Amino acid sequence: MKLSLRLASLLAPIFALFVAFGLSITILYLIGEDPFETFTLMYDYGKTGKSIVSILNRSVPLYISAVAVAVGFKMGLFNIGVESQYLLGALLSAALGAAVALPSALHISLIIFVAVLSSATWAGIAGYLKVKKGVHEVISTIMLNYIGTGIIAYLLANIFFEKVELSTTAPQTNLLSESARIPSLNKIFGIEDLPNLHGFLIGAFIIGFIYYWIVWKTSLGFDLRATGSSPMAAKFSGANPARLTILAMMISGGFAGLVGMAPLTGYFFKYTTDFPSGLGFAGIAVALLGRNHPIGMAFGAILLSFLERSAQILDLYGVPKEIEKIMQAVIIFTVVISYEVVSRYVTNKQIKDASKVDRND
Amino acid sequence: MLQTNKLKMHQRLIEMINLLKNRYLIILPIVFVILIAQIEKYEQLTTSGTFGAAIRLAIPICLAGLGGMFSERTGVVNIGLEGMMIMGTWFGAWGAYSFGPWYGVLAGIIGGALFGLIHAIATVSFQVDHIVSGVAINILAAGVARFLNVIAYSDVQNSATQSPRIDGDVGDFALPYLSGGFETPNLFLKLQEYGIPFISDFAGLFLGATSKISYISLFTLSLIPVAAWVLWSTSFGLQMRSVGELPTGSESLGVNVYLMKYIGVVISGGFAGLAGAYLVLESSGIYREGQTAGRGFIGLASMIFGNYRPFGIFMGSGLFGFADALQLRSEDAIHGLLILLSLTLLVIAIKQLIERKLRNASFSIVLSVSFMIWFVISESVPSEFVYFTPHLTTLIVLSSASQKLRMPKKLGLPYKKGEVN
Repeated sequence: MKLSLRLASLLAPIFALFVAFGLSITILYLIGEDPFETFTLMYDYGKTGKSIVSILNRSVPLYISAVAVAVGFKMGLFNIGVESQYLLGALLSAALGAAVALPSALHISLIIFVAVLSSATWAGIAGYLKVKKGVHEVISTIMLNYIGTGIIAYLLANIFFEKVELSTTAPQTNLLSESARIPSLNKIFGIEDLPNLHGFLIGAFIIGFIYYWIVWKTSLGFDLRATGSSPMAAKFSGANPARLTILAMMISGGFAGLVGMAPLTGYFFKYTTDFPSGLGFAGIAVALLGRNHPIGMAFGAILLSFLERSAQILDLYGVPKEIEKIMQAVIIFTVVISYEVVSRYVTNKQIKDASKVDRND
Repeated sequence: MLQTNKLKMHQRLIEMINLLKNRYLIILPIVFVILIAQIEKYEQLTTSGTFGAAIRLAIPICLAGLGGMFSERTGVVNIGLEGMMIMGTWFGAWGAYSFGPWYGVLAGIIGGALFGLIHAIATVSFQVDHIVSGVAINILAAGVARFLNVIAYSDVQNSATQSPRIDGDVGDFALPYLSGGFETPNLFLKLQEYGIPFISDFAGLFLGATSKISYISLFTLSLIPVAAWVLWSTSFGLQMRSVGELPTGSESLGVNVYLMKYIGVVISGGFAGLAGAYLVLESSGIYREGQTAGRGFIGLASMIFGNYRPFGIFMGSGLFGFADALQLRSEDAIHGLLILLSLTLLVIAIKQLIERKLRNASFSIVLSVSFMIWFVISESVPSEFVYFTPHLTTLIVLSSASQKLRMPKKLGLPYKKGEVN
């Protein structure tokens, strides 16, 4: 691709951010708040050390969730079910992890393995239903979210939790032992005075790399992308769409299984009813923002985490912090549209350039 | 003369057997349900209360499904129905709280239609992937509803997730003579009280269906034939459908493809919005975050199940409404459904045996037996499982129905004027 065109496609997210900013300013004006003061407040609060640590911690599972969604997107599959997939994986691995005693590295690997396996299996159901029964994966993954929520609630309250008479403890799994906890990174960065920066941050980097490697460097990834952009061509080139669909769903689910690992091994150490939820849906937004690109999604995750964190200060100053939800949604929407516009422009330009060369020959 | 009569009888019989053969997976479960309902513990399966609730719960799903149909008939996939329904709930509550119930209905429709318009702008004018745009719509709607809720009620309450309680409703009525409307005798109730097998069950069904009908329900039910008439008997409907089948062809015949798609998606949003307003005004009396609980998606499922046709959608939403009603009203009755599953699987297994699909048949038998064992050794189904009955029903129904369906040819594909695709 020509350099000018590359620059043009970089313009899309920047343009979208401007539009989103403009809309947010308008909305703030309409409700009678000073937009610039609001943004200054958010920025000042968001750039404190504490906030930065919190933003990074928030970004990690968000990023992994986006990766899970992106694997599906790359093949034209919409895995809306990351939500129940990661929660189910987190519950099962938390329950098993608390029941065994192993050396640290082995213990953590086992927990992660169980989470990935169970989430991948759960996601595989949707793949199977699509291939064998023709049920669209959007519908099936959404329904599996509700079913999964029910199953998790049942397992947590009845199987993994011994109810004590007259006790008001919320259902939860046993605490993970010390060997299953990933230490924080504060010592390495020399920031002992700040809250814990969770060790799974490094995991996020590795996961991003694995995603890149699978999708762009393996023949499986090639088949996935080929099927995503032209199912017919991929089929004639020998790709097996049925097998690929199930496999892509399972890989997506496998990544989803890793989402819960950051909170589980980093600071929750058990599965309870208030284990962080909603990350699966937020991941869809991040994948859309980052255009399924490993680095783009990292920016997306940090941006959303920043908005969420920095908006916390607004309530103190009487500005409704829900403005952040609108900003998020508007950013996502404008990004989606401007990507489309720019990519159309780029494709048309390429076609025109190509035909020019032909005429000169 | 006698000969021809006999022949006719014979033909009729064959027709009936054929009907049974083709529709046995619909007819047999209904018969099973009625049989199971004869046991006292499971009588909730067929009381008028259950059917009444089923119909009340089916209305929003039916509306969402009809909405989805208008959009998808013009070729635009509408995953954003859920978001448009969320807008319907919020605007419905706000309109009803500020001006009165009927204004709530109107506000809900407008709110949903507005988001339909956004979806149309994104997918039709900008050719954004339909599902991507739909997902974004859902995110946007959740954010907007939350924000508006804080702003709109800031002087009466302090909550991002709930509206104040709404007084008054749009009113309801019952059919005269049959269900005691307008102070006339109540025939169905009497029949139901006699407790005659089958007859009383059906009386329960009709009583549930014909008493306490909200005016929105009546409106929805009348929309079904109207929608069918518009789509299949008017030139407007023909244009609409043609746009989903072959937009280039319609364009060449002078149909304004973009306009048709816009109309389809906006109508779709309006229907979803009405569904949301209905949820607020008829079932909860308050706006609550997350109260749509995936009903937009279930509506979409009922549309697929109904093969993109109004009456099919009505049947589909009835089924999901029934599952939802059981979930809300009676955990015992759900326990009875275990036998239903077991028996139905047994029927499927027998069919597979006849077709000599031995592997499938043995799988069905194992499932059937395990459901039977579950039924025998347990007293009730855990409440956590009861909660997802409608969603599980959706999955099961779709996996047995999806393959026989025919969707609009160019569904989900972008269309740009002057481009060949």
